[in-house]
Amino acid sequence: MYAVDPRRTASAKFADLWLGLDVGTDIALANAMSREIISSDLHDKEFIDRATVGFEAFAAHVDYYTLERAAEMTGLQADAIRELAHEYATASTAQILWTLGITEHHNGVENVLSLCNLALLTGHVGRWGSGLVPLRGQNNVQGGGDMGALPNKLPGFQDLSDTTIRSKFEAVYGREINPTPGLHLTLMFEAMERGDLTALYVIGENPADSEADVEHARKLLNELEILVVQDIFLTRTAQLADVVFPATVGWAESHGTVTSSERRVQRVRPAVDPPESCRHDYEIIGDLASRMGADWNTTTPEELWNELRSLSPMHAGMSYERLENERGLQWPCPSLDHPGTVYLHSWLWEDDLDGRDPAPFSITNHEGPKEQLTDEFPLRLTTGRTLDSFNTGVQSSGYESPIRSGSHLEISAVDAVDLGLVNGERVVVSSPRGSVQMNIKIESDQAAGLAFSTFHFPELVDLNVLTNDEWDKRSGTAEFKAASIRIDKLPLGTSHG
Amino acid sequence: MTQQDVSEVSVHINDTAVTVEQGTTLLQAARLAGVEIPTLCWAENLTPVNACRLCVVEQEGTRALIPSCSRLCEDGIRVETDSDRVRHSRRMILEFLASTNDLSQSAELQEWAESYQIDLDRYISPEKNNDEVKIEDDLFVRAYDRCVLCYKCVEACGDDAQHSFAIAIAGRGFDARVSTEYEVELPESACVYCGNCVGVCPTNALQFKVEFDLRESDEWRPEDQSTTETICSYCGVGCSLELHTQNNQIFKVTSPSDHSVTSGHLCIKGRFGWQYVHAPKYEPSKKS
Repeated sequence: MYAVDPRRTASAKFADLWLGLDVGTDIALANAMSREIISSDLHDKEFIDRATVGFEAFAAHVDYYTLERAAEMTGLQADAIRELAHEYATASTAQILWTLGITEHHNGVENVLSLCNLALLTGHVGRWGSGLVPLRGQNNVQGGGDMGALPNKLPGFQDLSDTTIRSKFEAVYGREINPTPGLHLTLMFEAMERGDLTALYVIGENPADSEADVEHARKLLNELEILVVQDIFLTRTAQLADVVFPATVGWAESHGTVTSSERRVQRVRPAVDPPESCRHDYEIIGDLASRMGADWNTTTPEELWNELRSLSPMHAGMSYERLENERGLQWPCPSLDHPGTVYLHSWLWEDDLDGRDPAPFSITNHEGPKEQLTDEFPLRLTTGRTLDSFNTGVQSSGYESPIRSGSHLEISAVDAVDLGLVNGERVVVSSPRGSVQMNIKIESDQAAGLAFSTFHFPELVDLNVLTNDEWDKRSGTAEFKAASIRIDKLPLGTSHG
Repeated sequence: MTQQDVSEVSVHINDTAVTVEQGTTLLQAARLAGVEIPTLCWAENLTPVNACRLCVVEQEGTRALIPSCSRLCEDGIRVETDSDRVRHSRRMILEFLASTNDLSQSAELQEWAESYQIDLDRYISPEKNNDEVKIEDDLFVRAYDRCVLCYKCVEACGDDAQHSFAIAIAGRGFDARVSTEYEVELPESACVYCGNCVGVCPTNALQFKVEFDLRESDEWRPEDQSTTETICSYCGVGCSLELHTQNNQIFKVTSPSDHSVTSGHLCIKGRFGWQYVHAPKYEPSKKS
C-alpha cells in the first residue's frame, strides 16, 4: 500500500511508503509514473493495442515528465516515484483509490484523467481486484447522481438531449420535459450573482457553511428573492430561508434506498418515529407538486422505486424484495435474474470491446494550484476531514467524541519557529478573501509551508471564509484543497487562546 | 482457490457422517450437521484464539479434548460433541467463569449455566473479580467485573478488524486484565472509538453508555426493544447498521457480522454518531 498525500494521515502511517507530495502536483506525479512505466517497458502492450486509443501521442507527451523533473515539481524523491511506478505496473492486481484530494482542485478532472492513464497503461482496470476507485463522501451522493440530480441527465444517467429517452420519461410522467440542461451548484451561484437565478430550493445541504469563499456564498443566498430549505435541523442555510420544511431523518425514520460508493443500492428503514412536525422528503416534494397542479399518483417509497425501475434500465432488476433478500445489489442490474455488477468496464478485456469505442488516453499538464503563494500569503492551506466528524457538523456535532480536538490550524514546527508561535496560540489567519481567528496546533509530521484545518465546526471557526472558489469548469468543484494564507499574531493584549 | 485444489474430507460427528471441503473446522462441520456447540471466544468475523475452551469436543483415539472452533476436519476422524467428558469439561469452565465474574448480562452464558447444571456451591469462597466500572465518556463503558478474558475485543482492536492495537491482556493469572498501554485512559491510548470491541463482547463487559444508563436506572425493558436494519448516514461505504431501540430511543448500534460490506465492524461515526436523530429538531445544532 502506497499513500500519496501532502499530509501524513493515519492511512499514510499505515502504508508501506508515504509519498508526501506538494499540494496540487498530482498530475506531475502521475505523468512521471506513466513515463517511467513506458521507459521501463512495463506497460501492457496487448491491452493498450486492443482496448485504448491515443497511446503514441500520450507517450510522446509524458516523455517530458522525467523522474528528475517530477521530483522538482512535486517535492518528492525521484526514487520514491520510481518505486511506486514499478510496484504499480508489476502488481498482479492494483487499485488506485482517491477522494477529494484529487477532485477538489481547479483541474480536478485532469487529475482524475491522469490516474485513468495509469490504469490504461497497465491494464489495471475492468478486471477482478484491479480498478479505479473514487471513494464517495456521503451515503447517497452516488444515488443522487444515479437518480438524475445532474443538470444534463435523467435517472440512470440517461441523456437529457436524447428525444427517444425524453419521450420514454414523458410517457410515464405525463408531461413534457424541458430539454435544456440545468445548472450545477457552482453555476447556480454564478447565476445568482448575475441576478438570473432568484429562487432556490435546498434539500439536505448546508451551502451557507460548506461553500468555498463562504462569505460570498452567504451574500448571494441572502439576496435571493426566495430561499426554501428542507432539512432536519435549522442549519445556517435554513436560518437564511424564507420557508423551512422540517424533514424526517431519512436513514432512521423513513423507507427508501441509498447507493454506496461501490454502486450498491441498499434499503434504509425507519427505526424510530419522527417528531410530529416533520414529514418525509418524498411527502413534502409530492405535496408541493400537488399545490402546483400535478398529480403524481405515487404514494410510497416502493412505488416510487418501481417507477424508477421502469425507466432506468440499470436499476430494472432491483426489486425491494431482492434488495432485502440479497442485502443490496450493485448496478447495472438490468433484469430480475441479473446478479448485479461487482466491477465495471470488463468489456475492455473482450476481443471486440463489446462493440464499444476504445478508451482514450488523456493529455494532461502539471499546473499546480490556481492560487500561487505570494509574499503577502506565503503558506499553503489545505482543508480536509477528521475521523469522528463529518462535513459542516450538522450530524456529527450531535455526539461528544472523546477524540475530537476542535478546529485548529495545523502547522509545521519549522513554520511555528519562523513565526514565533507556540502550540495552542490564537492567531489571525488570512487569505485573499478574508480572515478568521483560530488556534495553532504544531504537528510534528507536517511539511514546512503547509497548513491544514477542517470545516467541521463552522460556529467556532468559519474556515471556508479562507478557501478559494476557483473551480473546475468540467466538474463544478471548487479548489478547497489549495488556498494561500498568512498567519499573524494577535495584537498584544487581545490574546485569549 | 482454483478448482483442483478443492478436495473433500469426511468426518463422523456424533455418529453422523458429514462430508465437507478441506479446511472446514469441526465447529463448521458440526453446524452443517445441525449439531450445536457452545462458543464464547469464537466469532465468525474473528480469528480463533482458543482461549475459552468451551467448544472442546472429544475425538476418538485422542487423549486431550480438542477445540472445535480452530481444529480442521481430517478425513475419517470420529468426534463426540456431547460426551460425559466434554460436558464435564464445559461445566467446570462455566463454573470457574461464573464463580469469578458477573455473567448476569449474558443470556447465552445464563442458558448454558442452566443446561450444564453448574454448581457454584462446590467452591468455597471463590475469588471474585470486583473491578469498578470504567466510565470515561458518553460512548461506552468498560465493566471488567464481567470480563472473561475471551480476547475478542483484543482481536477486533488488532489485526482482525481495526488495526489500532489500543488494548491487550496485561498481567498474569487472576490479575490478567484487558488494558491500554500503561493503563492510560482511552482517549490517551491508540483507541479510535470504533466500538468494534463493544460489538464482539459476549458478556456485556463493554456496553453502550445509553444501555448502561438504562440498566442503572432500572429502565431496561427487553420486551420493549426492537432491532431495525438500515444504512449509515455518513460516508459512502454504505455500512449496514442494526439500530437497537427501546421506546423510540436508540440505545445500541451493531452491524451484522456476516455482511459483505462491514463483516460486523464500524467506525466511530456509524457506531456512535446517531445521537442527532434524537436531538431537538429545528434548533441550531448545539455544539460544534
